[in-house]
Amino acid sequence: MIAPYNEVIMLSIFVFFLGAVCSVSRRNLIMILVGVEIMLNAAGIALIGGSLRWGVLDGQVFVIFIMALAAAEVSVGLALIIYSHKRTGSVNSDAYSQLRG
Amino acid sequence: MISLRITFYILSVVILTATAMAITRKNLVHAVLYLIQSFFATAILFYLLGAPLLAALEVIIYAGAIMVLFLFIIMTLIGGETQAGHGRRQWIFPAILGTVSILVAFFLIYESPATQAGLEPAMVRPIVFGQYLFSTYWLPVEIVSLLLFVALAGALYLGRHKAASPAETEVGQ
Repeated sequence: MIAPYNEVIMLSIFVFFLGAVCSVSRRNLIMILVGVEIMLNAAGIALIGGSLRWGVLDGQVFVIFIMALAAAEVSVGLALIIYSHKRTGSVNSDAYSQLRG
Repeated sequence: MISLRITFYILSVVILTATAMAITRKNLVHAVLYLIQSFFATAILFYLLGAPLLAALEVIIYAGAIMVLFLFIIMTLIGGETQAGHGRRQWIFPAILGTVSILVAFFLIYESPATQAGLEPAMVRPIVFGQYLFSTYWLPVEIVSLLLFVALAGALYLGRHKAASPAETEVGQ
């Protein structure tokens, strides 16, 4: 036995929690994207564990889709960060306060 | 088979430690390098859980492509400078709330009979996996390729050089 299934799920929850903390607490736009990457990776761990638990391949297939989604998301996200950096000169999310009167 | 279980715990500790180090670094380059270590450990965990093709893809796509893209952007925009910290007091209360809900989720998962089954070692060969992917999920694969194309077009559109757009002149005023 490798591990009980619930321990794989707990590892996934821990990693997802770390990613959520990173996304919420950091002010830097790049670190916010990094947090999203960590959360997607945690979802992949849970899916592969479930795939092994029930002996079906669908979990691994969805990890493939998550990887493609992460690649698309990070390319558009980083392009948006560069675009915002051109307009405001900062990657700090506190700098985006143009709506303030 | 007890050694496989020890391997799982070692990998878990490495993944959690590297991720925790990554999200607390002030220097963004150090954060991304810790995250690459975390993704390598995750790739080995994928191999342990019977997905060798996904382990290779994890190294190639996550640790290779995505993290190097992050490094490019960090080098382009801000270099290796450290970021200023921020006050910790304001998120003590949200952290307590989140920790309580996490503990409740742990309790539920640990007590649920559906999750207490042990994972036996198994390995799927990449050829079997590829045939399953392209026979059962051929339409989502096409949709994902379309999604990647749209992301490429969007990134190119956002990153293009232009003289002056209405949005930028508006900001300039």
